[in-house]
Amino acid sequence: MEQLIIFLVLLALGYFFGRRSEAKHYRSISERELQLQNLLVLPTRIPPREFRSHSSQLVSGSVVISVDYFKTVVAGLRAIVGGRVGAYESLLDRGRREAILRMQQQADSLGADAVLNMKVETSRIGDNASKGLGSIEVLAYGTAMIPTEPPLNSSGAST
Amino acid sequence: MLISNMEVVPGKRITQHMGLVQGSTVRAKHAGKDIMAGLKNIFGGELSSYTELLNESRDEALERMKEQARLLGANAVLNVRFSTSSIAAGASELFVYGSAVIVEDR
Repeated sequence: MEQLIIFLVLLALGYFFGRRSEAKHYRSISERELQLQNLLVLPTRIPPREFRSHSSQLVSGSVVISVDYFKTVVAGLRAIVGGRVGAYESLLDRGRREAILRMQQQADSLGADAVLNMKVETSRIGDNASKGLGSIEVLAYGTAMIPTEPPLNSSGAST
Repeated sequence: MLISNMEVVPGKRITQHMGLVQGSTVRAKHAGKDIMAGLKNIFGGELSSYTELLNESRDEALERMKEQARLLGANAVLNVRFSTSSIAAGASELFVYGSAVIVEDR
């Protein structure tokens, strides 16, 4: 009986706090994505011609996000019947977008106008390995293209 | 030292390849932070202490890789890749590798 009460309390806490923090996180993500939408992020390996006179520097962004208790339970139930695990999908989506945003923010602070060859890597920070997912780490990295001569197009116009 | 994860550097030419360079570090988590993380597993949300820890460790691994490249006499490391693996409960390894080269302006 006692265990059941503890379980239900944890479930409720996970549900309310987890949902609230997820909604808040999504709001902040879409806000910042809008701010940084002018900073190009391309997963191309070969730099396009227009970046010939840019200097390059590695930039990265990472985030560790934890699941909440409710998601763990829902995913555990889902594993019995199989199918889409929506609870984890949104978690990974948040992690990736946040990591990419942090990488963009670093590139932006360097004055870059694009990030090329972007790679994303996801790993599990497993300490409670037997009990579901625990927390995930997402790392996004790429090469920031920093313009070396700011008035590039104005000098192009004069010649 | 120029660090890039592309095979070519815009505006620069590779004159010499010096071989593979790598750096790695294994970090364990602080027990106090682990308790906080256990709580976070109920409520959900970002574990900023872990984010910080992993960032620090990754910088350290990068630093070691750069040191190796410096010893070889390279002035750039290209095609850099990161990899993370959790090797035991509470410890993860951060590994970074790339190819050391000498580049010069085109």
